[in-house]
Amino acid sequence: MQTTLTEDLRHSADGREAESILRACVHCGFCTATCPTYGVFRDELDGPRGRIYLVKQVLEGAVATRRTQLHLDRCLSCRACETTCPSGVHYGRLLDIGRSLVERQVRRNIVDRFKRRLLRAVIPHRRRFGILLRTARSVRGILPAAWSSAIPPLRTAGSWPSSSHRRKMLALGGCVQPSISPNIDAATARVLDHLGISLLRVSGSGCCGAMSYHLGAHQEGLDFARRNIDAWWPHIEAGAEAVVLNASGCGVMVKEYGKLLAGDPVYAARAARISELSRDLSEVLAREDRSVLGRTGSGTARIAFHCPCTLQHGQKLGGVVEGILTDAGFELAPVADMHLCCGSAGTYSLLQPQISRQLLTQKLAALESGQPLAIGTANIGCLVHLQSRASVPVRHWIELLDACLPGHEQDGQFITR
Amino acid sequence: MVTRDLNPHMRRELIRTLRRSLPAAAILHDPEALRAYECDGLSAYRELPMLVVLPETVEQVRAVLAACSERGIPVVARGAGTGLSGGALPNADGVLLSLAKLNRILEIDEHNRIARVQPGVRNLAISEAVAPLGLYYAPDPSSQIACSIGGNVAENAGGIHCLKYGLTVHNIQALTFLTPDGRLLAVGGGAPDSPGYDLLALLTGSEGLLGIIVEIVVKLLPRPERAQVALAAFDDAEKAGAAVAAIIAAGIVPAGLEMMDNLAIRAAEEYVHAGYPVDAAAILLCELDGMNEEVSEQILQVRRILTQCGAASVRTAQDERERLLFWAGRKAAFPAVGRLAPDYYCMDGTIPRRNLARVLVRISEMSASAGLRVANVFHAGDGNLHPLILYDASRPGDLERAEQLGARILELCVEVGGTITGEHGVGVEKIDQMCLQFSAPALTQFHALKHAFDPQGLLNPGKAIPTLRRCAEYGAMHVHGGKLHFPEIERF
Ligand SMILES: Cc1cc2nc3c(=O)[nH]c(=O)nc-3n(C[C@H](O)[C@H](O)[C@H](O)COP(=O)(O)OP(=O)(O)OC[C@H]3O[C@@H](n4cnc5c(N)ncnc54)[C@H](O)[C@@H]3O)c2cc1C
Ligand code: SF4
Ligand code: SF4
Repeated sequence: MQTTLTEDLRHSADGREAESILRACVHCGFCTATCPTYGVFRDELDGPRGRIYLVKQVLEGAVATRRTQLHLDRCLSCRACETTCPSGVHYGRLLDIGRSLVERQVRRNIVDRFKRRLLRAVIPHRRRFGILLRTARSVRGILPAAWSSAIPPLRTAGSWPSSSHRRKMLALGGCVQPSISPNIDAATARVLDHLGISLLRVSGSGCCGAMSYHLGAHQEGLDFARRNIDAWWPHIEAGAEAVVLNASGCGVMVKEYGKLLAGDPVYAARAARISELSRDLSEVLAREDRSVLGRTGSGTARIAFHCPCTLQHGQKLGGVVEGILTDAGFELAPVADMHLCCGSAGTYSLLQPQISRQLLTQKLAALESGQPLAIGTANIGCLVHLQSRASVPVRHWIELLDACLPGHEQDGQFITR
Repeated sequence: MVTRDLNPHMRRELIRTLRRSLPAAAILHDPEALRAYECDGLSAYRELPMLVVLPETVEQVRAVLAACSERGIPVVARGAGTGLSGGALPNADGVLLSLAKLNRILEIDEHNRIARVQPGVRNLAISEAVAPLGLYYAPDPSSQIACSIGGNVAENAGGIHCLKYGLTVHNIQALTFLTPDGRLLAVGGGAPDSPGYDLLALLTGSEGLLGIIVEIVVKLLPRPERAQVALAAFDDAEKAGAAVAAIIAAGIVPAGLEMMDNLAIRAAEEYVHAGYPVDAAAILLCELDGMNEEVSEQILQVRRILTQCGAASVRTAQDERERLLFWAGRKAAFPAVGRLAPDYYCMDGTIPRRNLARVLVRISEMSASAGLRVANVFHAGDGNLHPLILYDASRPGDLERAEQLGARILELCVEVGGTITGEHGVGVEKIDQMCLQFSAPALTQFHALKHAFDPQGLLNPGKAIPTLRRCAEYGAMHVHGGKLHFPEIERF
């Protein structure tokens, strides 16, 4: 598509990248068909093709107003449009560049600013979030139902394996996941342990930085990235073979450290190496000989799997988890419109509650239509969001696999037929 | 006619009137928002409309039409905006009427194998909705994931499977439309031969010039017992052209028979990873469907013909997944070409099948002399060509050269006995070539017909049918084969 960038943007790295993305778009409109927000609003401005246009206008020098910001805010960053686009348009990147330009041009109202600040001040910080969550759980009884259903219930972790293997992989410290569902990391460690791999928790590793980055606070997000790189690097040098991500939202981000820090002379090389070594947990398992796990899932009831957008569109790993679960003997219920976002989308459920709810309702209807006894997913955000209104338990898929392993302390009763 | 700048007062007054029937969010009027609607799938032509309206009900559509006709304001309908001839290009002094929100499937009648749908429903969504009943809607334009059924009717869209199952017009049973002044009319029906004029056929392909389609009854077909596709690679596009002729001559009616040349193959493969042979000069995709035995027999026959015609290799899809993948590549071919160049200009001529090889050679010569690459994708079975001219709109002069090359390709189509549009419609893009295709009396008749439906000339003005004056001007530039097309018209 024809584009004429403003003079100063033409000389910036972001500007040039945005230009090449824009030029790849041929305006065919295929992407609108799979965009969840276009599905809700049926207005070009709330679909990818229109948002590309909005960003294009800003890049060409038109001053954005609240109107552009509104439609960019409503984008879930789910990147379903990228999966659909035959021309290979990197929409997600364009959106990040566009959002940060618009953020500088349009001043948000005070409530909006406060909300965003608060989110950035709490969520990425494990301790602060942990305190908040404990407090919320303790007063749950006196909260209105709509609020209390959003507070994830307490679930214990189960033990971390004590054995130490020659093969080692690194875990991400994370932000909200350890407080909400510590069992995910523990289950990951146990399953990897079965495969002869030790999962290392390293101090200093924390939030991946995605949340700040996608709220337009690029530097803050990159600082989180640098902290993780610092924490992991000695272990990489000592021979750890991979960084394993069991939250697909963080996975997308860590896989992009290399690109995002390419302009930082101190971190560029290490960031690139880390990104190279990053694997979603499903990628790790898919490559291992899983025969030791056996057909653990056979005999359990049907489950439905929700593949997070960050896994299927962000990392293009749709079908991998499903394959692992099927191989392990689980029966997967068919799910319509698998490409659609559940509405969680990072902080989206908090910033755009109405649209988010609408998408959640759609998604749960699709997931529950096959009458599963549990829902599996691969990202903590989706898990909490789905659980808030699901009528069956929602777990990380690794917990489902782990719970059925022989001799396991936490039984897999909730999915036993 | 109102002019945006001359009369902001009138515009404000129209907005006020529309607000009585539509929610505020359904009326877009600031340029920041209008910009996203400035073009359809043919982004070389752009225009900001005065307003965009997004009605949700037929009643709201009616209110918009009534308000506009009272004020003499033009109305351009828009479905999904995937059109490739600028049919949904806005009118600067008019209202762009999006039908995207009318997207409900109103009724599925399994027994009579029909579905009643609103115009904004996506083509593919119909087939998806009736799939559990073992049914589908046959016409499958490559844009079927996104394009609307209303847009399909307005363009009489075709697709890969139209070779055997016909165009949109053969697959709809009835429709309801609004006249420009807001009256609701129904045409067509269940009976095979109803009395009176066949207005259903007339409305199909009318490109938004005769009425706004608000409801469609589509026919559904049972899924064939089996479908199988063969993929043949050729080291020479002419051989592929000959193979097409040979398959048809053998009396086989494939469900689809498509051809792609090397540039198109490479672009599509990069997107779908279907295992297309990226070194081949051309591939043919030949699908057969029907009863299991019949398909087995024909696939052998087709294989033999393809090999005899010099195919370097012939593969059949291993399973249903691979069959769909073979087609996914073909269906994504246009936008996938966006990987090779920033812009493409898609032509849509038809030619008699026997001239395929010859026309291909001529196109490649023209492409070389114009210095612009051309990727070719064809509905080879029915002689519908889609040369995609690759260009870069940011390079001065490129678009003009692409347009000139396009015009020459279309003239070539007419010269060998074909037409200037197979399925994408005339819109604004091919309006000049209409002068080559039709004589002055025929065009006069078209205008009379338009007048009968839309006396004020408010629906999609300036599209699809050129004025005689326009043809005269065009003819003065293109004296064809030594004779003028409109000698009787005064020249300027
Ligand atoms: C990549 C790509 C591949 C394509 N492949 C094919 C193909 O294989 N076969 C094919 O036939 N076409 C193809 N097309 C062209 C296009 O998709 C079709 O013409 C389609 O029918 C347009 O539908 P739409 O909903 O996008 O209509 P729009 O582009 O929005 O509008 C098209 C025309 O219809 C009118 N219109 C729309 N809705 C209504 C209504 N409800 N009432 C009255 N008038 C209306 C508009 O005014 C306009 O003139 C392709 C396009 C693209 C981008
Ligand atoms: S990222 Fe998701 S919500 Fe945003 S435009 Fe793409 S498909 Fe739509
Ligand atoms: S599918 Fe790709 S090329 Fe087509 S409009 Fe969307 S982003 Fe642009």
